[in-house]
Amino acid sequence: MEIRSHDILLVGGGGAGLRAAIAAAEVNPKLSVAVVSKVYPMRSHTVSAEGGAAGVAKPDDSLDEHAYDTISGGDWMCDQDAVEAFVKEAPLELLQLERWGCPWNREPDGHIAVRAFGGMTNKRTWFAADKTGFHMLHTLFQTTLKYQPITRYDEYFVTKLLVDDGRVQGVVAIEIMSGKIQAITAKAVILCTGGCGRVFPFTTNANIKNGDGMALAQRAGAPLKDMEFVQYHPTGLPFTGILITEAARAEGGYMLNKDGYRYLQDYDLGKPQPTPVLRSMELGPRDRLSQAFVKEDQKGRTIPTEYGPVVHLDLRHLGEKLINAKLPFVRELCVKYQNIDPVTELIPVRPVVHYMMGGVSTDINGATPMAGLYAAGEVACVSINGANRLGSNSLPECLVFGARAGHAAAEFAASQKAPNGSVWTQATNEVLRLEQQYLHKTSGRERIATLREEMQKTIEAGAGIYREEASLKQARQKIQELQERFENVGLDDHGRTFNTELISALELGFMLDVAQSIIECALYRAESRGAHQRTDFPKRDDQKFLAHSLVRRSSDGSLSVDYLPVKITHWPPGERKYGEGSHKASKQTKVS
Amino acid sequence: MADKIVLEIARYAPERDDKPSFQSFEVPLRKEWVVLDALNYIKDKVDGTLTYRWSCRMGICGSCGMMVNGEPKLTCATFLTSYGNNATVRVEPLRYFPVIRDLVTALSDFLVKLQKVKPWLIHPNQPPLSAGEFLQTPEQLDLYKQFSMCINCTLCYAACPVVGLDQEFVGPAALALAQRYNLDNRDQGSAERLATLAHPDGIWGCTFVGECTRVCPKHVDPAGAIQQYKLTAALDWVKSFILPRGHKDAPQETAHD
Ligand SMILES: Cc1cc2nc3c(=O)[nH]c(=O)nc-3n(C[C@H](O)[C@H](O)[C@H](O)COP(=O)(O)OP(=O)(O)OC[C@H]3O[C@@H](n4cnc5c(N)ncnc54)[C@H](O)[C@@H]3O)c2cc1C
Ligand code: SF4
Ligand code: FES
Repeated sequence: MEIRSHDILLVGGGGAGLRAAIAAAEVNPKLSVAVVSKVYPMRSHTVSAEGGAAGVAKPDDSLDEHAYDTISGGDWMCDQDAVEAFVKEAPLELLQLERWGCPWNREPDGHIAVRAFGGMTNKRTWFAADKTGFHMLHTLFQTTLKYQPITRYDEYFVTKLLVDDGRVQGVVAIEIMSGKIQAITAKAVILCTGGCGRVFPFTTNANIKNGDGMALAQRAGAPLKDMEFVQYHPTGLPFTGILITEAARAEGGYMLNKDGYRYLQDYDLGKPQPTPVLRSMELGPRDRLSQAFVKEDQKGRTIPTEYGPVVHLDLRHLGEKLINAKLPFVRELCVKYQNIDPVTELIPVRPVVHYMMGGVSTDINGATPMAGLYAAGEVACVSINGANRLGSNSLPECLVFGARAGHAAAEFAASQKAPNGSVWTQATNEVLRLEQQYLHKTSGRERIATLREEMQKTIEAGAGIYREEASLKQARQKIQELQERFENVGLDDHGRTFNTELISALELGFMLDVAQSIIECALYRAESRGAHQRTDFPKRDDQKFLAHSLVRRSSDGSLSVDYLPVKITHWPPGERKYGEGSHKASKQTKVS
Repeated sequence: MADKIVLEIARYAPERDDKPSFQSFEVPLRKEWVVLDALNYIKDKVDGTLTYRWSCRMGICGSCGMMVNGEPKLTCATFLTSYGNNATVRVEPLRYFPVIRDLVTALSDFLVKLQKVKPWLIHPNQPPLSAGEFLQTPEQLDLYKQFSMCINCTLCYAACPVVGLDQEFVGPAALALAQRYNLDNRDQGSAERLATLAHPDGIWGCTFVGECTRVCPKHVDPAGAIQQYKLTAALDWVKSFILPRGHKDAPQETAHD
């Protein structure tokens, strides 16, 4: 087996991974930094982010207000020290991206322009039309091309972390093009593998978002944090699940039920006004809007379609000029994929799984409890998103904590010896496992797609927008059965060259692990908070649950959950208030 | 509307085949299905060995480009019904690229070309971040914005006859991205890019067929970028005779803040 070695290995080439790679390369140009990615970096799903990236930029805004919005939006589940670091560094990171060439939208005088976003008190979301993630990712990717010390392993799929002596020392990866399996060792590994939306049947997430990094870390012995908090975005196109960005509402779009009524006014989100009011109505937080949809559906006020019930997003009053200038991609997506023009027609939308608040548990520098293992971006849980992420906080999170993890890993690597010889044995065993379980096995009877569909249906039914003990227990049982059936999975493809079926099988294995973790955490959290709503425990319970869930996997595959207190610095838990005037709270509630 | 459609798909596995062949699959014809949905249907239900790339299925990641009835297309953005009740839809790998397997082509050569044109902001001696952003008015942004929209899908390479004849040709997307930075008022790198761009394998390789612009799903207009650059390069070349060295690469006005 071929073995390659680096000082720092990034798994993932999205926003977080590329930012971390540049950070590590800049700390010490002598370090050898490598990026392993299962797709070419510019294909990573960061590319699809539309609306923008939050960072305080204007004199009428303040870091405290950004912090308060984030913390209250997260229903007080955020670690406040992490949030404080985040809001402080976000503007600098966005500025750094500007210096690297990101084509941010501008004011007429040439300064950066910012837009409103859901749950935010002030305008602070930087944007590049409605293709923010695309421009950020390509800017980062093109910038990495100038750094000689960054080696890329494009289209390499990581199957396992190598651990010895309690220290992560590298990975085993398949070179997809040739099918060659190889070990890549490193003094520090940073997971930047993104989210896991594909565990669910209806999602804005790309085909590549399968929670790989979460499962890899958990299998290696690191805990996952807050996995029960799954964000549903209120406005996905039916059938495809393609996202209509929140920017559409920030620019003034209305949410209408089947009677053309702005139904959000019935759900403690303020009174309807003709133009958008921050933290109010359509600019409320995503968890509350998605929950309002379910209630509206129960009242029979949604519109039935072939692909489930929908409500309407109305942009018509914004006019063609504004839509073309600020929301061109929304128009393009509606026309191309839904065959409707938002300038003259209503857009059918429904809640869609969008983002994972939980992930690999890390500290404020991206370090996991395992030596040598770091995580950043959507795969990680730092945690700044708490029980509900605010739109436009995730892209800057990738930058801030990507950079922090890159720095921390570079420092750690400098003091480490080369990996132990024992990892070679582990790598050889992994090759054997892949061959026996998949490539050489001809007796498998289960089809990947069948198991995947059953998993997706099960988790949606058991751990969707609303949950309860009985349905969660049923889902737990069913996923366990699917795990057992997965042992019997069979491939049509036994070739080596570009075997995408093998990759799909491995991804399904990761997703099943992630599904189990989501359900387990949801079952034990007997309260309702943010995106986790239990019909049998409808209230938030700070006495028992102002704490992060940590879920670990033991070697027999069983899971255990325990809790870690939330870090409170200046903002004691309060009530989440939205609607007119709610933003004043951000100035009042800070205690020093 | 018929309820079935036949896909004729190019198959090639280097471990098994000497050359590509076609295989037909009948799939349901649904009005909301794109070509990619049909491929996924086949892979999930009929033949797990069918090999192709895809990810975002929203026309932005650039991975799903293929030849569909002879035209380079993003298969996630091409409805099956747009081929009407035609008997068959032919799906092949992007033209002019080496085929790895079935519908997957090699991208490594494109990335080498991309890196060669230095597609990053060149601006030595930047003031510290605390000095704030470089200023750029909306009009200055508009000058290059269109060329920054490239998703690297390489459809334009599959459409370009010059790429077919000369594998060294830098090609439409990379040239457009070079021009994207040349036109950015924050960039001072046009002189560094000159040698690669004003070269027989660069802009002078382009015979202005314009196919790249026609097939580009993101309206990048690489042909326009190349034409524009030909003019600048010709002028620079003339200036290099009449002005002292150093002048020809005088940076465009750059505002700091
Ligand atoms: C449609 C959409 C719109 C969004 N809009 C916004 C927005 O406007 N503002 C905002 O702040 N956030 C937005 N988000 C969220 C945000 O885009 C993501 O959370 C963020 O981009 C994640 O970046 P990442 O770097 O963590 O992961 P990704 O960009 O998903 O990258 C993951 C990387 O890991 C690699 N990888 C994964 N598994 C493996 C493996 N096994 N082996 C090797 N490599 C692997 C992949 O190849 C990829 O390079 C949006 C999300 C979606 C889906
Ligand atoms: S210029 Fe257009 S066709 Fe060519 S790679 Fe870029 S987006 Fe694709
Ligand atoms: S799948 Fe991403 S562009 Fe088609």
